[in-house]
Amino acid sequence: MDPFAGVRPGAFNERYVIMSFTDHRKMQLYGALLLLPAALLLATFAYLPTIATVVNSLFLPGFRGAPTQFVGLENYQVLFSDPTFWKVARNNLLYALGTIPTSLALALAMALFVNGKLRGRGFVRMAYFTPTILPMIAAANIWMFFYAPQIGLFNKLLGILGFSGVNWLGDPSVALGSVIVMSIWKEAGFFMIFYLAALQGIPPELKEASDLEGTSRWSFFWRVTFPLLMPTTLFVLINALINAVRVVDHLFILTKGGPNNATNLLLYYVYENAFSFFDRTMAATITVVILLVLAVVATLKFTVLDRRTHYQ
Amino acid sequence: MSSTLSHSKTHPPRARFFSVPSLETIAAWLLALIWIFPLLYAFWAAFHPSEFMVSFTLFAPLTLENFADAWGQAPFARYYLNTFMLVTTVVLAQFIVCTLAAFAFARFPIPGKNVLFMLVLIQLFVFPEVLIVENYRIASELGLINTITGIGLPYVASAFGIFLLRQTFKTIPRELEDAARIEGCNWLEILWKVYVPLAKPTYLAYGLVSISHHWNNFLWPLVVTNSVESRPLTVGLGVFSAPETGVNWATVSAATLLSIAPLLIAFLLFQRQFVQSFLRAGIR
Repeated sequence: MDPFAGVRPGAFNERYVIMSFTDHRKMQLYGALLLLPAALLLATFAYLPTIATVVNSLFLPGFRGAPTQFVGLENYQVLFSDPTFWKVARNNLLYALGTIPTSLALALAMALFVNGKLRGRGFVRMAYFTPTILPMIAAANIWMFFYAPQIGLFNKLLGILGFSGVNWLGDPSVALGSVIVMSIWKEAGFFMIFYLAALQGIPPELKEASDLEGTSRWSFFWRVTFPLLMPTTLFVLINALINAVRVVDHLFILTKGGPNNATNLLLYYVYENAFSFFDRTMAATITVVILLVLAVVATLKFTVLDRRTHYQ
Repeated sequence: MSSTLSHSKTHPPRARFFSVPSLETIAAWLLALIWIFPLLYAFWAAFHPSEFMVSFTLFAPLTLENFADAWGQAPFARYYLNTFMLVTTVVLAQFIVCTLAAFAFARFPIPGKNVLFMLVLIQLFVFPEVLIVENYRIASELGLINTITGIGLPYVASAFGIFLLRQTFKTIPRELEDAARIEGCNWLEILWKVYVPLAKPTYLAYGLVSISHHWNNFLWPLVVTNSVESRPLTVGLGVFSAPETGVNWATVSAATLLSIAPLLIAFLLFQRQFVQSFLRAGIR
């Protein structure tokens, strides 16, 4: 009879753990102490403000020192009946739809270009990536030289060609498009590097095999390369979605959300409400809407994207 | 992916040297020129007198006047100092706080560790700048308005840093740790002598990403500062070049270049490290 029957592998380890029970306790305490600074900071600047924002969106501040008053979802009713909010939300959606597919497609094209044996590849790659390094504020300043109505480069070029100028940032029907173009310029190079890394991970045998079969490059791209890049596309997409909500720096220079809110985005609207109109309650209510959008993006990331990734 | 790659087997490389560039090469270069043009234009504008900006005479006389003007009209020296202090303190504080937390997550038996870790990851989506209203209130209650600490502190416990370092620490073999313990090292010594040195590439990658982020960050610094004493370069530049101030364009160009120069030069010198860092930090 096997003398070790019934003894599970690892039992010795368990005994070791039981024997050093106080050690285990000590390690728990030690671990907790190591976590403490991060936990305190996260609580102060992430969890508490999130909770406070949600709570504030359910209250109205009392006037002249009167206590705050619980109003339930009334602030949301006010927000949802505010046409400006819907305009801003629609802008943000259009902004996301305008920037994301184009910058992803451009990023992929850039990566494909740079992945080949291109002459002057180093320069080309550098040119694509450099806008990523600039602060959004600087990028906006530079694009101001293009968009400005009288002396801007775009209108001067149009003038040379005999067309009348466009008010790139002042015309409500054009302004959001102008902002989108600048954002694409700023972002595409950043997404390129992820596609480039993924392309370099595709085994060259696939290409050789398809060449033997005489597959055209076009169908090789759509049948092999593009599907293999899907995880990268998802990853980049999620980053792009977050950026579409999070980055509004350029509006401070280009349009300040105008003309007549034509380029206003949700986070900029929060800023306006809080620090220009001093309506903290409305700012909190819009922030909750942004947090909900981010929660959807986070769910998308943790369910769709991380099925492949292991956290252990 | 390009035709050069697929045909390299059939043609000797020399034969291609004189060939007409393919359509793809032309497209790649065209896109590259479009992409770099705005920056080149800003360079051109900054080094020429402002009257040529409108007429765009390519070989107008060179001048450094615009830089002198920008430097004289706004306290850029102070902004540089502020940004430098901000970036240094944020990155150092992030290294310390994130290392400790990552070590705890990687090696210590904390009850509810996975739930706690998911809670940390939430911060990947809920950034300090999304919560500007409440963070402003908290910063003012802590007396941090208009201080460098106020700009940096919300970013110190970075979920991203904790995540990256934890992943790295987990790959380090336990045997090294055991060996150090036999030599009489305590936990902090093990962390400092075994884990931190082996995670150097991660620190470099995270450091570069964090430096770029905080050098360029704008919204939260704008909200939390209100004077020259604490404003970083981005906010200083934003205040200086706001269209309504009517500063002339050549000066704005010069000011823009002044604020981006250090990071841009660092990037051009260490391109590979920057790109690798962004990649390493991104693919997780």
